[in-house]
Amino acid sequence: MVRIAIRWLVSSAALLFAVTALTFVLASLAPGSAVRAVLGANTSVTPQQCAQVKHQLGLDEPLPLQYWHWLYNLLHGSLGTDLFSGQPVTAALGTRIDASLSLIVATIVVSGLADVTVGTVSAVRGGVTGRILDTLTVFGFALPSFWLALILIEVLAVRVRLFPTTGYVALDSDPGQWLRGIVLPVLTLSAGTTAAIARQTRDSMLQVFGRDFITALRSRGLPLRVIVWKHALRNAAIPVVTTLGVVFIGLLGGTVLVEQVFAIPGLGEAAVTATTNHDLAMIEGIAFYFAILVVVVNLLVDISYAVLNPKVRVAV
Amino acid sequence: MTAAPTVNVVAAEGPASARRSQGAIAALARNPLAVICAGYLFLLLVALAAAPLLAPYSPNAEDLTHVLAGPSARHWLGTDQLGRDVTSRLLYGGRSSVIDVLVATGTFLLAGIPLGLLAGYLGGTVDRIVSRVANVLFALPAIVILLMVVAIFPNDDPVAMVTLGIIASPGLLRVIRGTTLAIRQELFVRAAQLSGLRTATVLRRHVLPSLAGPILVQGSLFCAGALMAESGLSFLGLLRPDSTGPTWGNMVADAANVLGQDTWLLVPTGGIIALTVMAFSLLGDAVRDATVGRSIGSVPLARQLTKPSAAVVPQSSPRGDDLLAIDGLTVTLGDVRLLTNVSLTVRAGEAVGIAGESGCGKTITARAVLGLLPPGGRVAGGSVRFGGEELTTLTERQLNRIRGAGIALVSQDAVSSLDPTYTVGSQLCEVIRHHTGASRRAARQRAVELLATVRLAEPEAILRLRPHQLSGGMAQRAGIAIALAASPRLLIADEPTTALDVTVQREVLELLGDLRRRLGMGLVLVTHDWGVLAEVCDRAVVMYAGEIVEEATIDRLCLTPRHPYSAALLAANPQLASPGRPLPVIPGRVPAPSAWPAGCRFAPRCSRATPECTAQPVQLDAGVRCVHPVTAEVDA
Repeated sequence: MVRIAIRWLVSSAALLFAVTALTFVLASLAPGSAVRAVLGANTSVTPQQCAQVKHQLGLDEPLPLQYWHWLYNLLHGSLGTDLFSGQPVTAALGTRIDASLSLIVATIVVSGLADVTVGTVSAVRGGVTGRILDTLTVFGFALPSFWLALILIEVLAVRVRLFPTTGYVALDSDPGQWLRGIVLPVLTLSAGTTAAIARQTRDSMLQVFGRDFITALRSRGLPLRVIVWKHALRNAAIPVVTTLGVVFIGLLGGTVLVEQVFAIPGLGEAAVTATTNHDLAMIEGIAFYFAILVVVVNLLVDISYAVLNPKVRVAV
Repeated sequence: MTAAPTVNVVAAEGPASARRSQGAIAALARNPLAVICAGYLFLLLVALAAAPLLAPYSPNAEDLTHVLAGPSARHWLGTDQLGRDVTSRLLYGGRSSVIDVLVATGTFLLAGIPLGLLAGYLGGTVDRIVSRVANVLFALPAIVILLMVVAIFPNDDPVAMVTLGIIASPGLLRVIRGTTLAIRQELFVRAAQLSGLRTATVLRRHVLPSLAGPILVQGSLFCAGALMAESGLSFLGLLRPDSTGPTWGNMVADAANVLGQDTWLLVPTGGIIALTVMAFSLLGDAVRDATVGRSIGSVPLARQLTKPSAAVVPQSSPRGDDLLAIDGLTVTLGDVRLLTNVSLTVRAGEAVGIAGESGCGKTITARAVLGLLPPGGRVAGGSVRFGGEELTTLTERQLNRIRGAGIALVSQDAVSSLDPTYTVGSQLCEVIRHHTGASRRAARQRAVELLATVRLAEPEAILRLRPHQLSGGMAQRAGIAIALAASPRLLIADEPTTALDVTVQREVLELLGDLRRRLGMGLVLVTHDWGVLAEVCDRAVVMYAGEIVEEATIDRLCLTPRHPYSAALLAANPQLASPGRPLPVIPGRVPAPSAWPAGCRFAPRCSRATPECTAQPVQLDAGVRCVHPVTAEVDA
């Protein structure tokens, strides 16, 4: 357990450093954008004004020093100021986390259950059934999320008024409306994840089916259902959980498009707005939030390894 | 090592890998889905390249008298809100998408392949550094890096696509590294290294050809992902501005803007993205199937299940007191016969051994009884009756009634026969509860008793252990306890002591003998060890090459074996060896099932063989299948 914790701390530190340093270096490639943001794009700017703003923002300092200041502020709970709204970045993003997390967590739950079932059935049945299921999952993956979102809105929100077309209601203000609001976005995101999870489940299950204890379980007269869903699935679960972690990271990207189409005020939508506005401080902040989410998910994945396969607890 | 054999090895491998890739291409060509996808992508590329010739209209030609018209003879896919022809716009728009995807894929390959090759081929520090960096990159939320780059270089497709390729390359790098590492171990590369070829030459000639499959798979799947990302960014208006002409992504955005008035426009614009992404994905999968092979691990479980054998004609009527009666059992795997006409009976409370070398059909016989044949194996003839009930005609579900409760199996490798993820107690209680319907508490009580029955000290503590925490002997006792859980009338033990050390072997054998006497179970003991046979069994059959060659009581078999194979096996038993004399061995080895000789199957290895032995099949006569049986007088 201690070794897992140490390994996680080291890899998390590496990841957070990589994300922040990378975004910082990228931002330094375009020092003009921050200045433009402060002075406004259309005003004619004198070099003196420009230098003055640069100095105010600390952009005339050497890059490592700037990074140090940024880290120092971060440790004191500040991610800088959004140059457009003048709001602290943490305040601007803090309210958006729960919308994005709602979508991502619900998608992981929905597609996790559905895709693991599909992958398992494909592994058990094989043959034509397996091939049809495998091809269907690719079909789900191939639908561009922004397109699928538009189709779902048109069919299930405009023609049949089952769900709201756009918008988001926080869970704690009205759970019912929250649920209705996230159904279509979650469906959209889930379609894209089917291929990865279902396929990993299938491959991993097939490998388990070749192991001795499966025959031993059959020799004990246990029904197929128990052998597949209780024994084989747990043994096949570790690579599937790894894939769920990778899918989670991918979903951070998925929310960018889906939140845009459904007008959901989450981190992804903020990322698009910030990109359009060349608002680098904001994107740095979003990158940091995303990296934190990845680090937390990695920890959850590591913990579930230990729960699923007790050997890991001893061996790793 | 001299240069000559090295060259031979390399030369021998060359054509083989060529054949392999030809086989993969042929396999692809036979897969209709792959042909359709490749054909679609080829036609699409040709159409996009020839857009100026094919497109009926200019992509920006507006016709405000025909806005948002549906499909018609004039506009095959209709027109958009400015009356522009959708077909023409898709043809022109696809060109920029394809160029973007090519830029991204080129970067992906250029970044992933060389680094993966270096890491896999050189190993050591280079590998460690490259792998670490790749791992961090792999865990990055790629989208923010991409958006950051787009924010800094607005409306600059190549920069965005190069970034996309770099961010995704660790995935390819890992695959290439893994494959290279595996190939490096292979003989031909090591041999080529020895012959003094330069690293670059080895990589180009021997490693790269084997990487073609994985590269095609990863490349094709990345094309799918890159097209998706490109059209997404372009949908958001973050790539080239609309004024420079259509892209597939911004055509969907246009369709979204007029969704209130017209829904048709959404169909062709998004549809072509979906179709193309799908073609890349399915093609990548097909290449993977063709090069790696589809069966990664094993056979789907449904195909491993037993299928009831067709009507069986019992060759003899069952005797009343036979617990198990195997009669004329023939088992095939595909076209190959694994067992020929095997007959064997076990009465209640009797212990019967099955002896023979590996590959003689002992285990197949044991498994056939329980319907646990390997995938593709089936009962082609004969019958297996248990307590008078025919088993070979039962389905998997019907057999589950017998398995565990009527006949239980103890396998050779005890540890791998237990599910590594559950405790002993959980696996034991599961069987007890399934067959007896006992409550959770009662099952636990019974589990403790069973562990005590198999003489495991501290049963309460052992219930909480998992298989990897048990020694081999403890695991085998736990396995026996699970087998006894539903009080079976017959126990089939398949080499139960082979994997154990000698002192533990003796204890487990004593346990089996004792359990049989106390519980009155029948016992079938599969073994190659005559010491084990003599210790536990009343009677035994000796199997050779899929048939029974001798059947006798254990005393008779050990004192006066009549089949030369039985005699040779007995003589080769280390427990009978005289000190200082070499242990006699049987020359040759058991032939594979597809290569069984006609007539006596042991004849090629037999010192007594004469031409008559192989003339025609030898029948089992008075318990021995031999033309020249050993007789006590002659050999005395």
